[in-house]
Amino acid sequence: MKLTHLLVTAALALGFASAATADGHAKTKVGFVYVGPVGDGGWTYEHDQGRLAVEEEFGAAVETVYVENVAEGPDSERVMTQMALDGADLIFTTSFGYMDPTNNVAAKFPDVKFEHATGYKRLHPNVSTYSARFYEGRAIQGHIAGKMTKSNIIGYIGSFPIPEVIRGINSAYIHAAKVNPDVEFKIIWVYTWFDPAKEADAAKVLIEQGADVVLQHTDSTAPQAAAQEAGGVVTFGQASDMGQYAPFPRVSSIIDDWAPYYIARTRAVMEGTWESMDTWDGIGPGMVGIGDISDAVPADVKAEALALKAALGDGSYHAFTGPLNKQDGSPFLGAGETADDGTLAGMNFYVEGIEGDIPQ
Amino acid sequence: MDLSVINPVLLIAAMIAAATPILLAAIGELVVERAGVLNLGVEGMMITGAVGGFIIAVTTGSPYLGFLAAAVGGAVLSLLFAFLTQVALANQVASGLALTLFGLGLSALMGQSYVGIKPPRMADTPLGPLADIPVVGPIVFGHDIIVYVGLTLVAATWAALTFTRAGLILRAVGENHDAAHALGYKVKGIRTLAIMFGGGCAGMGGAYISLIRVPQWTEGMTAGVGWIALALVVFASWKPWRVLLGAYLFGGIAQLQLNLQGAGVAIPVEYLAMSPYIVTIVVLVILSADKSRAPGSLGRTFHASQ
Repeated sequence: MKLTHLLVTAALALGFASAATADGHAKTKVGFVYVGPVGDGGWTYEHDQGRLAVEEEFGAAVETVYVENVAEGPDSERVMTQMALDGADLIFTTSFGYMDPTNNVAAKFPDVKFEHATGYKRLHPNVSTYSARFYEGRAIQGHIAGKMTKSNIIGYIGSFPIPEVIRGINSAYIHAAKVNPDVEFKIIWVYTWFDPAKEADAAKVLIEQGADVVLQHTDSTAPQAAAQEAGGVVTFGQASDMGQYAPFPRVSSIIDDWAPYYIARTRAVMEGTWESMDTWDGIGPGMVGIGDISDAVPADVKAEALALKAALGDGSYHAFTGPLNKQDGSPFLGAGETADDGTLAGMNFYVEGIEGDIPQ
Repeated sequence: MDLSVINPVLLIAAMIAAATPILLAAIGELVVERAGVLNLGVEGMMITGAVGGFIIAVTTGSPYLGFLAAAVGGAVLSLLFAFLTQVALANQVASGLALTLFGLGLSALMGQSYVGIKPPRMADTPLGPLADIPVVGPIVFGHDIIVYVGLTLVAATWAALTFTRAGLILRAVGENHDAAHALGYKVKGIRTLAIMFGGGCAGMGGAYISLIRVPQWTEGMTAGVGWIALALVVFASWKPWRVLLGAYLFGGIAQLQLNLQGAGVAIPVEYLAMSPYIVTIVVLVILSADKSRAPGSLGRTFHASQ
């Protein structure tokens, strides 16, 4: 007993000693909370690529930790608290449903910096929010979809009825209807970010009901597989390139590039210059990338899509430009008017032409 | 609203496809629980079966070998649980949860190089002219073989538990393991076999998702089906036919609500989304108003000395 005790103490002392001498100064610890598995091939995969980029950039000066498959709600609060207790200096929480938990935990750990993706609440000086203007990418998808559909039915798999998703639906619809006034959107809400079987089922239902283009706002590649199985159905990669399904059914994609942001924020924490702020970047700064438009898209449509991308990127065109009406026919934007960020951030209505109600 | 866009034949085929993974996992767990063991590792065994079956199907080009491998994989993983709970006498709840976590991690590791690959397609069962009968043909006879395997397993489980000596012994072990032991039955051996059967069924259920329903491999793709199967066994009062009813109800309404959403039915989406859970629970709770109860030794550790 005594011998074991002695050995353990010795080992501990050695461990501490070596840790202290190897570093000289403490490492910056960066935590990531993920809503799905890192291998989802979509949303969480891209966040994890950002984490790996942080490791590569700073090498031994940082330590990153992550927890995957964290349910939105109270469970996430527990995970964040544990990360903060374990000494994290900066924590990225990467799903909309972590908004309140992030702020709750931030109140308890004023010295830890929190970064919440896709939310809008910054109740404490140690909380920042960041998101990407995915709706710019949706505009390009809508354009291609409107041009390529033959049945004029475009299927859309929605996750949760939150502004981020509704914005995407509106943006895609506006640009599809612009090039094809007969286009109709069928929207199915699956109430999950990640459930491959359910996502595939939703895609199959949309295809059975006549859709020949399927857009998804969920995280796995299952709808791509369902479309491939059905044949003749166009899809787009969501959050990640999903290039395994190129050139068809996946004809293009929206790629989230979080790496530059994660590196910049980690550096800010290291240098002590971190401040609470809201970041919302689009195609221009590179936070939203458009994946290669494959040869399955006719050359003229591809050229138009690339021109649209360029206009969105340099700011000469805004994805929400009037004249636009809301679904009930009331005016939303006058001719030439563009939507301001506040309206976009809280968008909870469909634009004119989309059928069905948003679940409230 | 336009209900004519819903094709009933395709809808029923989709319902069966959605129900089969739950059915397979639940019927396996039913046998395990009737033997007095609570294995919460269904999710872990399913996902292991999903990845194992996928890898073998892709490597050999045969979905049949894939399903066989999935069953073997699930059963082998369940042996770990059997060792922990039957030999090491560990707590069943904790061991089951550990099995789920282990299965999720193991499958993610095994499947890393199989993301984005298309598995070989399983042909429909060659039932010849039967499948050509209008309407009835595609609904009843137009499915892959695993659907019929699932149905056969339910019937066989029911028959075995009700009419055979082996079923009687299994139930005796589950109801009162001390009495069964006193009668000379090998409680641990019987329970280990039941656990392996449960693992094999769960593995096949998982492979059904990765090989037929989606079909692809994605980390964590069972996404809670194992837990639904576990709940279903309880709500079905540990009776095979009620498990079948529950699985088809759940899978059926889950599909129906997606179809209704697509058709633009004026029912709020929230109600549609929760309907599979509510309807299944209500129906099975009403059915279990008779005197059904859990196996007497469910979840209790057995040791011959006690």
